[in-house]
Amino acid sequence: MSTLAEMWPFLRAGFTNTLVLLALSLVLSTILGTVLASMRVSPVLPLRAFGTSYVNIFRNTPLVVMFILIVEGFPPVDIRPNIEAIGLNTFETLAVFALTIYTAAFVCEALRSGVNTVDPGQAEAARAVGMTFTQTLSVIVLPQAFRAVIPPLASVYIALTKNTSVAAAFGVVEATAQLSRMNEQTVAGTGVLFFGIAAGYVVIVWVISGIAAFLERQVATAR
Amino acid sequence: MSTSVLFDVPGPRARARHAVYAIVVVLGILALLGYFGWRLWDADQITPEKWAFLNQPSIVKDLLRGLLGTVSMAVTAIVLAIVFGAVFASGRLSDHLILRLPSIAVIEFFRAVPVLLMMFTLLFSFQSILGTYWSVVVALVLYNGSVLAEVFRAGILAVPKGQSEAAYAVGLRKGQVLRLIQAPQAVSTMLPAIISQCVVALKDTALGYVIGAFEIARRGKLIFTSLEHNNPIAVGLTLLVVFVILNYSISLLARRLEAQMRRRGKKVVHTEAEAAGA
Amino acid sequence: MRFVRTKTLATAGVVALSMALAACGGDESGGDGAEVEVEEGDFPEGSQMAEFQEAGEITIGVKFDQPGIGFQQPGEDTPTGFDIEIGEYVAGKLGIEPENIGWRETVSDNREPFLENGTVDLVIASYTINEERRAIVGQAGPYYTTGQQILVREEDAETIDGPDKLSEVSVCSVTGSTSLENVVRDYGAEPAPFDTYSACVRQLQNETVDAVTTDGAILLGYAAQDPDNLEVVGEEFSEEPYGIGYYPNDDTEMCEFLNETIQQSIDDGYWAEGFEATLGQSGIETPDPPEQDPCP
Repeated sequence: MSTLAEMWPFLRAGFTNTLVLLALSLVLSTILGTVLASMRVSPVLPLRAFGTSYVNIFRNTPLVVMFILIVEGFPPVDIRPNIEAIGLNTFETLAVFALTIYTAAFVCEALRSGVNTVDPGQAEAARAVGMTFTQTLSVIVLPQAFRAVIPPLASVYIALTKNTSVAAAFGVVEATAQLSRMNEQTVAGTGVLFFGIAAGYVVIVWVISGIAAFLERQVATAR
Repeated sequence: MSTSVLFDVPGPRARARHAVYAIVVVLGILALLGYFGWRLWDADQITPEKWAFLNQPSIVKDLLRGLLGTVSMAVTAIVLAIVFGAVFASGRLSDHLILRLPSIAVIEFFRAVPVLLMMFTLLFSFQSILGTYWSVVVALVLYNGSVLAEVFRAGILAVPKGQSEAAYAVGLRKGQVLRLIQAPQAVSTMLPAIISQCVVALKDTALGYVIGAFEIARRGKLIFTSLEHNNPIAVGLTLLVVFVILNYSISLLARRLEAQMRRRGKKVVHTEAEAAGA
Repeated sequence: MRFVRTKTLATAGVVALSMALAACGGDESGGDGAEVEVEEGDFPEGSQMAEFQEAGEITIGVKFDQPGIGFQQPGEDTPTGFDIEIGEYVAGKLGIEPENIGWRETVSDNREPFLENGTVDLVIASYTINEERRAIVGQAGPYYTTGQQILVREEDAETIDGPDKLSEVSVCSVTGSTSLENVVRDYGAEPAPFDTYSACVRQLQNETVDAVTTDGAILLGYAAQDPDNLEVVGEEFSEEPYGIGYYPNDDTEMCEFLNETIQQSIDDGYWAEGFEATLGQSGIETPDPPEQDPCP
């Protein structure tokens, strides 16, 4: 019990930062990923080409390399953003950038695979009644794709949760960075500390899976 | 659904409109790239000196040695992860609760914990045994092995039920059915997923950068942090190109295999591989 | 163990070969430190020293990213720095030529394990002596004593002139290091952890952090690389004696050999010469060498 009391301040501070990184990059990567997915299925060739190259480049690059390019590469060219209004320092802001750019590629692919599950007849019917590409996509296909999109999108968000840990090596004191801090400052063994931090991640993953399962059921019954 | 069903074959007006969109988009992207290029140029980040390291044979040799380390860790990890996955998949498919429950716990736990956290823990606790190389490999095995366990399970479950029923009917035991009947048929359906997982493992070895393992990102870091080179953009882009070429070729292989199997009318098991990995 | 040895031998061969190749390039690296005298010593049968002398080679764990202490220029095979100078001297006393030393990069977290599993024979890697470490491995010396200080950008040297000015200042140090915890706890600094000191110095130059803190010796090495822009400020606010790590920790013969060797390097002027060639480049005076701790 005293071990937990000793770990608590570290865990609370760490997971607060982890959740801030997660929430911001989740929202931003979903927006960017949706734009990219629309590009990938659009009739305009340069848009499709851009969407496809974006996905192929960033999906095949290690996140560490993204962090190197952004956290080490931006400040020397005088790009040092921070969002002081919500208490984000430069490193946290840059970490959100890196996570967003990286995760958007996966969000895009999850959405696209969802779109692919919708019966082609639906889109054909939409076109037959004279809908444009934008209308077909936004009114007919995407709402139906939503259900099929939930499981792969949940996987992407779970991966994002775990990926926030990479920020630990780039100036952000989030949950994973607390392992070495606690190793120095508490009496608990590394194994205990590991399970303490791991438990936090497991809880976040459960919550995401839970929400996904709930939404899937909601959509299923609404049909 | 192929994308073409989303829109009609464009007529002359639409084609003209698309041409306008295309120009706007191309200009927009060029403007964005141009802006970054200008910022880099302005801050002397794309001068020839920043790229001079690619012209120094000793540095290139060092990077290649790093790449060898990366590939070696990834290959070792995938091979061991296949073993790990097979063991825990059969555990999860077992009829005995005493085997099934721990298998489920292990698989679900290691899929939820960041690989970097595992690497740190292994490094701090067992480094005298593992060193940085095996800290990276073991962490990768635990994660990728758990993902593969789920792939294997899905693959086995996708084998038509009649197969196992027939096997039981001729008197095979449960273990024999799994080993002799279900697994061999499942392997081909799982192959694309296993290959995709290689991409994940290869990318994740770059996490070794953080704990000082001998891999290409770490070697690159020694270059860009030195005062002589001081070129994170140049080194970062070099690493990006190396990984994209490597991983894109592997993904192509996986996709080709998958297409081939689809043509033969075989089912293909998917993983969260496409979603995961740092 | 034997297996590891053969491997080191092979590596040593490769290293020697590539060093020969590098020499053809005729660049500025290596050889500008103090001159080492190689002589055969007389060691008791079966001692580790006798084994090293017999093998004619040794693997020493050093830092690769700390200029002035242990630093390897990318693409070069031998590191340079004060720790390297000390390592070459110790090897010389074992009858081992400098080119037969296998330099192995150790980071702060893997020094004890590398000694325990025989990856390295000795550790000379800005390795602070303390009781917890001495419970696991042996630490002879100290051969150098430093203390925690602060590195800032030149233009901030007036405003941030000591640890008490660090309140709410973003300070970089290595993840989980005691130095970082000290300034966070005692002076209210805002922590920015990175994996290495060189990464921290980059952040200082990038203006994403305003101070870097760790042992003064390490900071001096960086200041020496970029003296126009970086400055070490304030008094040392801790004491960090650097020792030579060996294993096992009850090998008193080894400890005594190392202590004697350090003392000899001080007496014959090698120590001061080695200091001037490395850390001394930052412009500081050569300090008085420390007293060695008695062996267990």
